[in-house]
Amino acid sequence: MTDLTSLTLAEARKGLADKTFTSLELTDAHLSAIEKARVLNAFILETPDQARDMAKAVDEKIARGDAGPLAGIPLGIKDLFATKGVRTTACSKILGNFVPTYESTITSQLWRDGAVMLGKLNNDEFAMGSANETSCFGPVGNPWRREGSNTTLVPGGSSGGSASAVAALLCMGATATDTGGSIRQPAAFTATVGIKPTYGRCSRWGIVAFASSLDQAGPIARSVRDSAMLLRSMAGHDPKDTTSVDIAVPDYEAAIGKSVKGMKIGIPKEYRLDGMPAEIEKLWSEGAAWLKAAGAELVEVSLPHTKYALPAYYIVAPAEASSNLARYDGVRYGLREQGKNIVEQYENTRAEGFGAEVRRRVMIGTYVLSAGYYDAYYLRAQKVRTLIKKDFEDCFAKGVNAILTPATPSAAFGIGEKGGADPVEMYLNDIFTVTVNMAGLPGIAVPAGKDAQGLPLGLQLIGRPFEEETLFSLGEVIEQAAGRFTPARWW
Amino acid sequence: MSVDAATVRRIAHLARIAVSEDEVPHLQGELNAMLAFVEQLSEVNVEGVEPMTSVTPMQMKKRQDVVTDGEIADDIVANAPATEGHFFLVPKVVE
Repeated sequence: MTDLTSLTLAEARKGLADKTFTSLELTDAHLSAIEKARVLNAFILETPDQARDMAKAVDEKIARGDAGPLAGIPLGIKDLFATKGVRTTACSKILGNFVPTYESTITSQLWRDGAVMLGKLNNDEFAMGSANETSCFGPVGNPWRREGSNTTLVPGGSSGGSASAVAALLCMGATATDTGGSIRQPAAFTATVGIKPTYGRCSRWGIVAFASSLDQAGPIARSVRDSAMLLRSMAGHDPKDTTSVDIAVPDYEAAIGKSVKGMKIGIPKEYRLDGMPAEIEKLWSEGAAWLKAAGAELVEVSLPHTKYALPAYYIVAPAEASSNLARYDGVRYGLREQGKNIVEQYENTRAEGFGAEVRRRVMIGTYVLSAGYYDAYYLRAQKVRTLIKKDFEDCFAKGVNAILTPATPSAAFGIGEKGGADPVEMYLNDIFTVTVNMAGLPGIAVPAGKDAQGLPLGLQLIGRPFEEETLFSLGEVIEQAAGRFTPARWW
Repeated sequence: MSVDAATVRRIAHLARIAVSEDEVPHLQGELNAMLAFVEQLSEVNVEGVEPMTSVTPMQMKKRQDVVTDGEIADDIVANAPATEGHFFLVPKVVE
Protein backbone atom coordinates (compact mmCIF):
# COMPACT_ATOMS: atom_id res chain seq x y z
CA MET A 1 0.00 0.00 0.00
CA THR A 2 3.02 2.30 0.17
CA ASP A 3 2.93 3.61 -3.36
CA LEU A 4 -0.75 4.34 -3.91
CA THR A 5 0.28 7.92 -4.71
CA SER A 6 2.30 6.86 -7.73
CA LEU A 7 -0.71 5.44 -9.57
CA THR A 8 -2.17 7.35 -12.45
CA LEU A 9 -5.77 8.38 -12.16
CA ALA A 10 -6.76 5.68 -14.64
CA GLU A 11 -4.92 3.04 -12.59
CA ALA A 12 -6.51 4.26 -9.36
CA ARG A 13 -9.95 4.11 -10.94
CA LYS A 14 -9.35 0.45 -11.75
CA GLY A 15 -8.02 -0.32 -8.25
CA LEU A 16 -11.08 1.28 -6.68
CA ALA A 17 -13.46 -0.55 -9.01
CA ASP A 18 -11.70 -3.88 -8.31
CA LYS A 19 -11.81 -3.14 -4.54
CA THR A 20 -8.00 -3.51 -4.33
CA PHE A 21 -8.08 -0.44 -2.06
CA THR A 22 -10.66 2.04 -0.84
CA SER A 23 -10.93 5.75 -1.49
CA LEU A 24 -10.19 6.31 2.19
CA GLU A 25 -6.90 4.42 1.85
CA LEU A 26 -6.04 6.30 -1.32
CA THR A 27 -6.95 9.60 0.34
CA ASP A 28 -4.92 8.85 3.48
CA ALA A 29 -1.89 7.97 1.35
CA HIS A 30 -2.10 11.39 -0.29
CA LEU A 31 -2.74 13.25 2.97
CA SER A 32 0.40 11.77 4.42
CA ALA A 33 2.39 12.62 1.26
CA ILE A 34 1.17 16.22 1.57
CA GLU A 35 2.31 16.38 5.20
CA LYS A 36 5.81 15.25 4.24
CA ALA A 37 6.02 17.73 1.35
CA ARG A 38 5.19 20.94 3.18
CA VAL A 39 8.59 22.36 2.19
CA LEU A 40 7.23 22.63 -1.39
CA ASN A 41 4.50 25.01 -0.17
CA ALA A 42 2.16 23.62 -2.86
CA PHE A 43 -0.85 23.30 -0.54
CA ILE A 44 -1.76 26.49 1.29
CA LEU A 45 -4.73 24.88 3.04
CA GLU A 46 -5.02 21.17 3.81
CA THR A 47 -8.54 19.86 4.43
CA PRO A 48 -7.90 16.33 5.80
CA ASP A 49 -11.16 16.00 7.75
CA GLN A 50 -13.26 17.01 4.78
CA ALA A 51 -11.18 14.74 2.52
CA ARG A 52 -11.76 11.70 4.74
CA ASP A 53 -15.49 12.46 5.03
CA MET A 54 -15.79 12.76 1.26
CA ALA A 55 -13.77 9.55 0.76
CA LYS A 56 -15.94 7.58 3.21
CA ALA A 57 -19.12 8.79 1.53
CA VAL A 58 -17.73 7.81 -1.86
CA ASP A 59 -16.65 4.38 -0.59
CA GLU A 60 -20.26 3.73 0.42
CA LYS A 61 -21.42 4.77 -3.04
CA ILE A 62 -18.84 2.51 -4.69
CA ALA A 63 -20.06 -0.39 -2.49
CA ARG A 64 -23.62 0.33 -3.67
CA GLY A 65 -22.43 0.28 -7.28
CA ASP A 66 -23.40 3.88 -7.74
CA ALA A 67 -20.03 5.50 -8.45
CA GLY A 68 -19.38 8.51 -10.71
CA PRO A 69 -16.58 8.68 -13.29
CA LEU A 70 -14.10 10.15 -10.77
CA ALA A 71 -15.33 8.21 -7.74
CA GLY A 72 -12.79 8.24 -4.93
CA ILE A 73 -10.07 10.19 -6.76
CA PRO A 74 -8.24 12.70 -4.52
CA LEU A 75 -7.65 16.09 -6.14
CA GLY A 76 -6.08 19.43 -5.27
CA ILE A 77 -7.97 22.64 -5.99
CA LYS A 78 -6.30 25.88 -7.08
CA ASP A 79 -7.15 28.62 -4.60
CA LEU A 80 -8.83 30.61 -7.38
CA PHE A 81 -11.87 28.27 -7.20
CA ALA A 82 -14.53 29.17 -4.65
CA THR A 83 -15.13 26.21 -2.32
CA LYS A 84 -18.12 26.39 -0.02
CA GLY A 85 -17.11 26.70 3.62
CA VAL A 86 -13.41 26.43 2.77
CA ARG A 87 -11.20 29.54 2.74
CA THR A 88 -10.59 30.87 -0.77
CA THR A 89 -8.10 33.72 -1.21
CA ALA A 90 -6.68 33.71 -4.76
CA CYS A 91 -3.45 33.88 -2.69
CA SER A 92 -4.04 37.58 -2.07
CA LYS A 93 -3.96 39.35 1.28
CA ILE A 94 -6.94 41.40 0.13
CA LEU A 95 -9.28 38.40 0.31
CA GLY A 96 -7.97 37.69 3.81
CA ASN A 97 -10.05 34.99 5.40
CA PHE A 98 -12.79 34.91 2.74
CA VAL A 99 -14.96 31.80 3.16
CA PRO A 100 -17.34 31.38 0.22
CA THR A 101 -20.96 30.52 0.87
CA TYR A 102 -21.14 28.91 -2.57
CA GLU A 103 -19.22 26.38 -4.69
CA SER A 104 -17.71 27.06 -8.14
CA THR A 105 -19.46 25.22 -10.98
CA ILE A 106 -16.33 23.28 -11.92
CA THR A 107 -15.59 21.98 -8.42
CA SER A 108 -19.25 21.13 -7.86
CA GLN A 109 -19.10 18.98 -11.03
CA LEU A 110 -15.96 17.24 -9.75
CA TRP A 111 -17.69 16.42 -6.43
CA ARG A 112 -20.82 15.34 -8.34
CA ASP A 113 -18.62 12.81 -10.18
CA GLY A 114 -17.15 11.48 -6.92
CA ALA A 115 -13.79 13.27 -6.61
CA VAL A 116 -12.34 14.01 -3.15
CA MET A 117 -10.85 17.38 -2.15
CA LEU A 118 -7.48 17.24 -0.39
CA GLY A 119 -7.07 20.99 0.02
CA LYS A 120 -6.36 24.30 -1.70
CA LEU A 121 -3.31 24.90 -3.86
CA ASN A 122 -0.94 27.83 -4.06
CA ASN A 123 -0.92 30.13 -7.09
CA ASP A 124 0.33 33.55 -8.13
CA GLU A 125 -1.73 36.32 -6.54
CA PHE A 126 -4.93 36.60 -8.63
CA ALA A 127 -3.14 34.29 -11.13
CA MET A 128 -0.82 37.13 -12.12
CA GLY A 129 2.62 35.65 -12.59
CA SER A 130 4.66 33.00 -14.38
CA ALA A 131 6.69 31.59 -11.49
CA ASN A 132 4.29 31.36 -8.53
CA GLU A 133 6.42 33.97 -6.76
CA THR A 134 3.69 36.59 -6.27
CA SER A 135 1.52 34.53 -3.87
CA CYS A 136 0.92 36.07 -0.45
CA PHE A 137 1.69 32.60 0.94
CA GLY A 138 5.21 32.64 -0.53
CA PRO A 139 6.74 30.83 -3.49
CA VAL A 140 6.18 27.17 -4.43
CA GLY A 141 9.09 24.79 -4.93
CA ASN A 142 9.40 22.71 -8.08
CA PRO A 143 9.93 19.01 -7.27
CA TRP A 144 12.49 19.00 -10.11
CA ARG A 145 16.06 20.19 -9.49
CA ARG A 146 19.02 20.58 -11.83
CA GLU A 147 21.20 17.48 -11.77
CA GLY A 148 23.79 17.75 -8.99
CA SER A 149 22.25 20.95 -7.60
CA ASN A 150 20.06 21.60 -4.58
CA THR A 151 18.84 25.02 -5.71
CA THR A 152 15.06 25.21 -5.48
CA LEU A 153 13.47 26.12 -8.81
CA VAL A 154 10.11 27.69 -9.57
CA PRO A 155 7.30 25.39 -10.80
CA GLY A 156 6.07 28.07 -13.22
CA GLY A 157 2.83 29.94 -12.75
CA SER A 158 0.28 30.93 -12.11
CA SER A 159 -0.90 27.35 -11.40
CA GLY A 160 2.40 26.54 -9.68
CA GLY A 161 0.87 24.80 -6.68
CA SER A 162 -1.25 22.61 -8.98
CA ALA A 163 1.73 21.58 -11.13
CA SER A 164 4.08 21.03 -8.18
CA ALA A 165 1.53 18.96 -6.23
CA VAL A 166 0.70 16.74 -9.22
CA ALA A 167 4.37 16.22 -10.12
CA ALA A 168 5.32 15.46 -6.49
CA LEU A 169 2.54 12.82 -6.23
CA LEU A 170 0.59 14.82 -3.61
CA CYS A 171 -2.67 14.55 -5.56
CA MET A 172 -3.81 12.59 -8.62
CA GLY A 173 -4.81 15.70 -10.51
CA ALA A 174 -5.55 19.34 -9.90
CA THR A 175 -7.72 22.14 -11.15
CA ALA A 176 -5.92 25.07 -12.72
CA THR A 177 -6.69 28.20 -14.74
CA ASP A 178 -4.96 29.73 -17.75
CA THR A 179 -5.14 33.38 -18.82
CA GLY A 180 -1.84 33.62 -20.75
CA GLY A 181 -0.24 30.22 -20.17
CA SER A 182 -0.89 29.52 -16.48
CA ILE A 183 -1.78 25.85 -17.04
CA ARG A 184 0.61 24.96 -19.86
CA GLN A 185 3.79 26.74 -18.68
CA PRO A 186 3.81 25.17 -15.17
CA ALA A 187 2.91 21.80 -16.70
CA ALA A 188 5.96 22.10 -18.97
CA PHE A 189 8.19 23.09 -16.00
CA THR A 190 7.14 20.02 -13.97
CA ALA A 191 6.72 17.25 -16.60
CA THR A 192 2.96 17.16 -16.11
CA VAL A 193 0.16 17.38 -18.68
CA GLY A 194 -1.95 20.54 -18.74
CA ILE A 195 -4.79 21.45 -21.07
CA LYS A 196 -6.42 24.83 -21.53
CA PRO A 197 -9.68 24.09 -23.31
CA THR A 198 -11.42 26.34 -25.82
CA TYR A 199 -12.77 29.56 -24.33
CA GLY A 200 -16.35 28.79 -23.25
CA ARG A 201 -15.77 25.04 -22.75
CA CYS A 202 -15.64 25.30 -18.94
CA SER A 203 -17.77 27.54 -16.77
CA ARG A 204 -15.97 30.46 -15.15
CA TRP A 205 -18.66 30.80 -12.47
CA GLY A 206 -17.16 30.81 -9.00
CA ILE A 207 -13.58 31.27 -10.21
CA VAL A 208 -11.90 34.46 -9.03
CA ALA A 209 -11.79 36.61 -12.18
CA PHE A 210 -8.53 37.97 -13.61
CA ALA A 211 -9.14 38.81 -17.32
CA SER A 212 -12.58 37.55 -18.25
CA SER A 213 -12.13 37.32 -22.03
CA LEU A 214 -8.97 35.22 -21.59
CA ASP A 215 -9.54 33.17 -18.40
CA GLN A 216 -10.31 29.50 -18.89
CA ALA A 217 -10.01 26.60 -16.45
CA GLY A 218 -8.58 23.16 -17.13
CA PRO A 219 -6.83 20.26 -15.41
CA ILE A 220 -3.20 19.41 -14.67
CA ALA A 221 -2.51 15.66 -14.42
CA ARG A 222 0.26 13.10 -14.84
CA SER A 223 -0.83 11.63 -18.17
CA VAL A 224 -2.77 12.66 -21.24
CA ARG A 225 -5.47 10.11 -20.39
CA ASP A 226 -5.81 11.46 -16.84
CA SER A 227 -6.20 15.00 -18.14
CA ALA A 228 -8.91 13.80 -20.54
CA MET A 229 -10.80 12.13 -17.68
CA LEU A 230 -10.67 15.30 -15.58
CA LEU A 231 -11.67 17.65 -18.39
CA ARG A 232 -14.76 15.58 -19.10
CA SER A 233 -16.04 16.27 -15.59
CA MET A 234 -14.96 19.93 -15.56
CA ALA A 235 -16.42 20.92 -18.95
CA GLY A 236 -20.01 21.66 -19.80
CA HIS A 237 -22.60 24.34 -20.23
CA ASP A 238 -23.52 26.51 -17.27
CA PRO A 239 -26.38 28.99 -17.45
CA LYS A 240 -24.60 31.03 -14.77
CA ASP A 241 -21.76 31.89 -17.19
CA THR A 242 -23.12 33.57 -20.33
CA THR A 243 -19.85 32.85 -22.19
CA SER A 244 -20.08 29.13 -21.50
CA VAL A 245 -21.02 27.25 -24.64
CA ASP A 246 -24.05 25.02 -24.90
CA ILE A 247 -22.60 22.04 -26.78
CA ALA A 248 -22.33 18.46 -25.58
CA VAL A 249 -19.17 17.32 -23.80
CA PRO A 250 -17.59 14.41 -25.68
CA ASP A 251 -16.03 11.40 -23.96
CA TYR A 252 -12.51 12.80 -24.23
CA GLU A 253 -10.95 9.56 -23.05
CA ALA A 254 -12.23 7.84 -26.20
CA ALA A 255 -9.84 10.05 -28.20
CA ILE A 256 -6.82 8.47 -26.48
CA GLY A 257 -5.17 5.97 -28.80
CA LYS A 258 -7.17 7.08 -31.84
CA SER A 259 -5.12 7.10 -35.02
CA VAL A 260 -3.65 10.43 -36.08
CA LYS A 261 -2.95 9.12 -39.56
CA GLY A 262 -3.47 11.76 -42.23
CA MET A 263 -3.77 14.63 -39.76
CA LYS A 264 -2.11 17.83 -40.92
CA ILE A 265 0.19 19.35 -38.29
CA GLY A 266 1.30 22.95 -38.75
CA ILE A 267 4.81 24.02 -37.73
CA PRO A 268 4.71 27.81 -37.41
CA LYS A 269 7.94 29.46 -38.54
CA GLU A 270 7.34 32.52 -36.34
CA TYR A 271 7.83 30.39 -33.22
CA ARG A 272 11.48 29.80 -34.18
CA LEU A 273 12.96 32.61 -32.09
CA ASP A 274 16.42 34.11 -32.38
CA GLY A 275 18.58 32.84 -29.56
CA MET A 276 16.23 29.95 -28.74
CA PRO A 277 18.18 27.24 -26.86
CA ALA A 278 19.31 24.44 -29.19
CA GLU A 279 17.71 21.82 -26.95
CA ILE A 280 14.25 23.40 -27.37
CA GLU A 281 14.75 23.42 -31.12
CA LYS A 282 15.80 19.76 -30.95
CA LEU A 283 12.80 18.79 -28.82
CA TRP A 284 10.48 20.48 -31.27
CA SER A 285 11.97 18.56 -34.24
CA GLU A 286 11.74 15.33 -32.26
CA GLY A 287 8.07 15.96 -31.49
CA ALA A 288 7.38 16.61 -35.17
CA ALA A 289 9.19 13.39 -36.08
CA TRP A 290 7.09 11.37 -33.60
CA LEU A 291 3.85 12.72 -35.06
CA LYS A 292 5.12 12.02 -38.57
CA ALA A 293 6.03 8.45 -37.61
CA ALA A 294 2.44 8.05 -36.37
CA GLY A 295 1.17 8.97 -39.81
CA ALA A 296 0.58 12.71 -39.49
CA GLU A 297 1.62 15.08 -42.23
CA LEU A 298 3.83 18.06 -41.30
CA VAL A 299 3.36 21.40 -43.02
CA GLU A 300 5.11 24.70 -42.43
CA VAL A 301 2.58 27.41 -41.60
CA SER A 302 2.78 31.13 -40.98
CA LEU A 303 1.15 33.02 -38.11
CA PRO A 304 2.47 36.48 -38.99
CA HIS A 305 1.11 38.39 -35.97
CA THR A 306 2.66 36.08 -33.36
CA LYS A 307 5.16 38.65 -32.06
CA TYR A 308 2.35 41.08 -31.27
CA ALA A 309 0.40 38.67 -29.08
CA LEU A 310 2.37 39.29 -25.89
CA PRO A 311 2.32 43.11 -26.09
CA ALA A 312 -1.41 43.05 -26.95
CA TYR A 313 -1.97 40.71 -24.01
CA TYR A 314 -0.25 43.18 -21.66
CA ILE A 315 -2.88 45.75 -22.59
CA VAL A 316 -5.99 43.56 -22.69
CA ALA A 317 -5.28 41.48 -19.55
CA PRO A 318 -4.38 44.39 -17.22
CA ALA A 319 -7.33 46.41 -18.56
CA GLU A 320 -9.79 43.64 -17.73
CA ALA A 321 -8.01 42.99 -14.43
CA SER A 322 -8.27 46.63 -13.36
CA SER A 323 -12.01 46.40 -13.94
CA ASN A 324 -12.47 42.97 -12.30
CA LEU A 325 -10.38 43.88 -9.27
CA ALA A 326 -12.34 47.08 -8.64
CA ARG A 327 -14.61 44.98 -6.42
CA TYR A 328 -11.92 44.66 -3.72
CA ASP A 329 -12.84 47.75 -1.79
CA GLY A 330 -12.78 46.59 1.82
CA VAL A 331 -16.54 46.93 2.14
CA ARG A 332 -18.17 43.60 1.27
CA TYR A 333 -15.44 41.09 2.03
CA GLY A 334 -11.77 40.72 2.79
CA LEU A 335 -9.25 43.13 4.19
CA ARG A 336 -10.17 46.64 5.34
CA GLU A 337 -7.64 49.35 6.19
CA GLN A 338 -9.05 52.46 7.85
CA GLY A 339 -8.89 55.92 6.25
CA LYS A 340 -10.10 59.43 7.07
CA ASN A 341 -12.91 59.05 4.53
CA ILE A 342 -14.22 56.33 2.23
CA VAL A 343 -11.83 57.15 -0.64
CA GLU A 344 -8.84 56.93 1.69
CA GLN A 345 -10.24 53.70 3.04
CA TYR A 346 -10.37 52.26 -0.49
CA GLU A 347 -6.86 53.50 -1.27
CA ASN A 348 -5.31 52.20 1.95
CA THR A 349 -7.10 48.86 1.69
CA ARG A 350 -5.95 48.28 -1.88
CA ALA A 351 -2.37 49.48 -1.21
CA GLU A 352 -2.08 47.10 1.74
CA GLY A 353 -4.04 44.19 0.23
CA PHE A 354 -2.58 43.94 -3.29
CA GLY A 355 1.00 42.74 -3.86
CA ALA A 356 3.46 44.58 -6.12
CA GLU A 357 2.66 42.68 -9.34
CA VAL A 358 -1.10 43.11 -8.93
CA ARG A 359 -0.75 46.84 -8.12
CA ARG A 360 1.40 47.30 -11.22
CA ARG A 361 -1.09 45.52 -13.49
CA VAL A 362 -4.12 47.29 -12.06
CA MET A 363 -2.36 50.62 -12.62
CA ILE A 364 -1.33 49.84 -16.21
CA GLY A 365 -4.89 48.66 -16.88
CA THR A 366 -6.31 51.82 -15.40
CA TYR A 367 -3.98 53.89 -17.57
CA VAL A 368 -4.80 52.18 -20.88
CA LEU A 369 -8.53 52.54 -20.22
CA SER A 370 -8.31 56.17 -19.06
CA ALA A 371 -9.72 59.07 -21.05
CA GLY A 372 -7.57 59.92 -24.05
CA TYR A 373 -5.64 56.64 -24.09
CA TYR A 374 -8.41 54.09 -24.73
CA ASP A 375 -8.16 54.23 -28.54
CA ALA A 376 -4.37 54.26 -28.67
CA TYR A 377 -3.98 51.27 -26.39
CA TYR A 378 -7.06 49.17 -25.62
CA LEU A 379 -8.91 49.52 -28.92
CA ARG A 380 -5.71 48.96 -30.94
CA ALA A 381 -4.87 45.87 -28.87
CA GLN A 382 -8.35 44.42 -29.49
CA LYS A 383 -7.87 44.99 -33.24
CA VAL A 384 -4.50 43.24 -33.10
CA ARG A 385 -6.27 40.41 -31.32
CA THR A 386 -8.64 40.05 -34.27
CA LEU A 387 -5.59 39.73 -36.53
CA ILE A 388 -3.99 37.10 -34.28
CA LYS A 389 -7.18 35.05 -34.35
CA LYS A 390 -7.40 35.42 -38.13
CA ASP A 391 -3.86 34.03 -38.50
CA PHE A 392 -5.05 30.82 -36.86
CA GLU A 393 -8.32 30.74 -38.83
CA ASP A 394 -6.41 31.05 -42.13
CA CYS A 395 -4.18 28.22 -41.08
CA PHE A 396 -7.08 25.93 -40.07
CA ALA A 397 -8.92 26.82 -43.30
CA LYS A 398 -6.02 25.23 -45.21
CA GLY A 399 -6.82 21.92 -43.57
CA VAL A 400 -4.40 22.09 -40.63
CA ASN A 401 -5.76 20.00 -37.73
CA ALA A 402 -3.37 21.20 -35.04
CA ILE A 403 -0.22 23.25 -34.57
CA LEU A 404 2.92 22.01 -32.80
CA THR A 405 5.16 24.45 -30.88
CA PRO A 406 7.49 24.41 -27.88
CA ALA A 407 5.56 25.08 -24.66
CA THR A 408 8.10 27.46 -23.12
CA PRO A 409 11.29 29.23 -24.25
CA SER A 410 13.32 27.65 -21.41
CA ALA A 411 13.19 25.08 -18.62
CA ALA A 412 12.39 26.07 -15.00
CA PHE A 413 14.62 28.72 -13.38
CA GLY A 414 15.56 29.57 -9.81
CA ILE A 415 13.38 31.47 -7.35
CA GLY A 416 14.13 35.20 -7.66
CA GLU A 417 16.16 34.77 -10.86
CA LYS A 418 13.83 36.56 -13.26
CA GLY A 419 11.88 39.80 -13.52
CA GLY A 420 13.53 41.59 -10.59
CA ALA A 421 14.71 44.57 -12.62
CA ASP A 422 12.32 44.49 -15.58
CA PRO A 423 8.84 42.90 -15.33
CA VAL A 424 8.92 42.18 -19.08
CA GLU A 425 11.68 39.58 -18.57
CA MET A 426 9.20 37.42 -16.65
CA TYR A 427 6.39 38.07 -19.14
CA LEU A 428 8.45 36.54 -21.97
CA ASN A 429 7.88 33.10 -20.41
CA ASP A 430 4.42 33.09 -21.94
CA ILE A 431 5.52 33.93 -25.48
CA PHE A 432 4.41 30.57 -26.96
CA THR A 433 1.24 30.14 -24.90
CA VAL A 434 -0.36 33.59 -24.88
CA THR A 435 -1.38 33.54 -28.57
CA VAL A 436 -3.76 30.68 -27.75
CA ASN A 437 -5.63 32.70 -25.09
CA MET A 438 -5.82 35.72 -27.38
CA ALA A 439 -7.54 33.54 -30.01
CA GLY A 440 -9.63 31.54 -27.50
CA LEU A 441 -8.26 28.21 -28.80
CA PRO A 442 -7.53 24.96 -26.96
CA GLY A 443 -3.90 24.14 -26.15
CA ILE A 444 -2.25 21.21 -24.39
CA ALA A 445 1.28 20.96 -22.93
CA VAL A 446 2.78 17.47 -22.88
CA PRO A 447 6.15 16.50 -21.38
CA ALA A 448 8.53 15.60 -24.20
CA GLY A 449 12.08 15.45 -22.88
CA LYS A 450 14.74 16.95 -20.63
CA ASP A 451 17.38 19.62 -21.07
CA ALA A 452 21.11 19.11 -20.49
CA GLN A 453 20.64 19.82 -16.77
CA GLY A 454 17.98 17.14 -16.42
CA LEU A 455 15.02 19.52 -16.26
CA PRO A 456 11.77 18.68 -18.05
CA LEU A 457 10.68 20.42 -21.23
CA GLY A 458 7.26 20.32 -22.86
CA LEU A 459 5.66 20.63 -26.26
CA GLN A 460 2.43 22.45 -26.98
CA LEU A 461 -0.32 21.45 -29.39
CA ILE A 462 -2.85 24.07 -30.43
CA GLY A 463 -6.20 22.93 -31.80
CA ARG A 464 -9.24 24.19 -33.64
CA PRO A 465 -12.05 25.58 -31.45
CA PHE A 466 -13.78 22.78 -29.50
CA GLU A 467 -11.53 20.09 -30.99
CA GLU A 468 -9.85 19.12 -27.72
CA GLU A 469 -10.18 15.47 -28.77
CA THR A 470 -7.61 16.00 -31.54
CA LEU A 471 -5.19 17.36 -28.92
CA PHE A 472 -5.70 14.32 -26.70
CA SER A 473 -5.04 11.93 -29.62
CA LEU A 474 -1.88 13.79 -30.68
CA GLY A 475 -0.76 14.33 -27.08
CA GLU A 476 -0.97 10.60 -26.48
CA VAL A 477 1.38 9.99 -29.44
CA ILE A 478 3.95 12.32 -27.87
CA GLU A 479 3.52 10.72 -24.43
CA GLN A 480 3.96 7.23 -25.88
CA ALA A 481 7.13 8.29 -27.70
CA ALA A 482 8.68 10.44 -24.97
CA GLY A 483 7.61 8.37 -21.97
CA ARG A 484 6.62 9.80 -18.60
CA PHE A 485 8.97 11.63 -16.24
CA THR A 486 9.04 11.53 -12.43
CA PRO A 487 11.27 13.74 -10.25
CA ALA A 488 13.67 12.16 -7.73
CA ARG A 489 12.28 12.79 -4.25
CA TRP A 490 14.36 15.24 -2.14
CA TRP A 491 11.66 16.67 0.14
CA MET B 1 4.50 57.16 -24.86
CA SER B 2 5.79 57.35 -21.30
CA VAL B 3 4.38 58.53 -18.00
CA ASP B 4 5.80 61.20 -15.67
CA ALA B 5 5.60 61.25 -11.88
CA ALA B 6 2.40 63.33 -11.87
CA THR B 7 0.71 60.80 -14.18
CA VAL B 8 1.76 57.94 -11.91
CA ARG B 9 0.09 59.70 -8.97
CA ARG B 10 -3.03 60.36 -11.06
CA ILE B 11 -3.30 56.73 -12.21
CA ALA B 12 -2.80 55.50 -8.64
CA HIS B 13 -5.64 57.70 -7.49
CA LEU B 14 -7.90 56.55 -10.36
CA ALA B 15 -7.08 52.95 -9.41
CA ARG B 16 -7.76 53.78 -5.75
CA ILE B 17 -4.35 52.55 -4.62
CA ALA B 18 -2.44 54.68 -2.09
CA VAL B 19 1.12 55.32 -3.33
CA SER B 20 3.74 57.00 -1.15
CA GLU B 21 6.12 59.60 -2.64
CA ASP B 22 9.14 57.32 -2.42
CA GLU B 23 7.31 54.56 -4.38
CA VAL B 24 6.63 56.88 -7.33
CA PRO B 25 10.03 56.75 -9.14
CA HIS B 26 10.13 52.94 -9.00
CA LEU B 27 6.53 52.56 -10.23
CA GLN B 28 7.20 55.10 -12.97
CA GLY B 29 10.14 52.99 -14.18
CA GLU B 30 8.09 49.79 -14.20
CA LEU B 31 5.08 51.32 -15.94
CA ASN B 32 7.35 52.86 -18.56
CA ALA B 33 9.05 49.50 -19.15
CA MET B 34 5.62 47.99 -19.84
CA LEU B 35 4.58 50.89 -22.07
CA ALA B 36 7.85 50.62 -24.03
CA PHE B 37 7.15 46.91 -24.51
CA VAL B 38 3.62 47.43 -25.87
CA GLU B 39 4.81 50.31 -28.09
CA GLN B 40 5.58 47.82 -30.91
CA LEU B 41 1.83 47.48 -31.53
CA SER B 42 1.93 50.88 -33.23
CA GLU B 43 3.72 49.29 -36.22
CA VAL B 44 0.74 46.97 -36.96
CA ASN B 45 -1.61 48.13 -39.70
CA VAL B 46 -5.06 47.94 -38.12
CA GLU B 47 -6.80 49.96 -40.83
CA GLY B 48 -10.34 48.57 -41.29
CA VAL B 49 -9.87 45.81 -38.68
CA GLU B 50 -12.76 45.26 -36.28
CA PRO B 51 -11.79 45.09 -32.61
CA MET B 52 -12.48 41.70 -31.04
CA THR B 53 -15.59 41.81 -28.89
CA SER B 54 -16.37 38.12 -28.53
CA VAL B 55 -13.81 35.32 -28.34
CA THR B 56 -16.12 32.62 -29.67
CA PRO B 57 -18.72 33.77 -32.17
CA MET B 58 -22.03 33.14 -30.45
CA GLN B 59 -25.41 34.69 -29.91
CA MET B 60 -25.64 36.64 -26.69
CA LYS B 61 -27.55 34.38 -24.33
CA LYS B 62 -30.54 35.78 -22.57
CA ARG B 63 -32.06 34.07 -19.60
CA GLN B 64 -35.69 34.14 -18.57
CA ASP B 65 -36.49 37.34 -16.70
CA VAL B 66 -37.38 35.55 -13.49
CA VAL B 67 -36.02 35.47 -9.97
CA THR B 68 -33.78 32.43 -9.56
CA ASP B 69 -31.94 33.33 -6.39
CA GLY B 70 -32.38 35.42 -3.30
CA GLU B 71 -33.28 35.48 0.39
CA ILE B 72 -29.60 34.99 1.23
CA ALA B 73 -28.80 38.25 2.98
CA ASP B 74 -26.96 36.36 5.74
CA ASP B 75 -24.67 34.84 3.09
CA ILE B 76 -24.08 38.18 1.41
CA VAL B 77 -22.83 39.89 4.56
CA ALA B 78 -21.10 36.82 6.00
CA ASN B 79 -17.62 37.92 4.92
CA ALA B 80 -17.95 41.69 5.41
CA PRO B 81 -15.41 43.44 7.66
CA ALA B 82 -18.12 45.59 9.32
CA THR B 83 -21.89 45.11 9.29
CA GLU B 84 -24.96 46.04 11.23
CA GLY B 85 -27.81 43.63 10.65
CA HIS B 86 -27.95 43.16 6.89
CA PHE B 87 -26.10 46.39 6.10
CA PHE B 88 -22.46 47.01 5.20
CA LEU B 89 -20.85 49.69 7.36
CA VAL B 90 -18.63 52.33 5.74
CA PRO B 91 -17.29 55.73 6.87
CA LYS B 92 -19.79 58.56 6.48
CA VAL B 93 -20.18 59.37 2.77
CA VAL B 94 -22.89 62.08 2.77
CA GLU B 95 -22.56 65.06 5.11
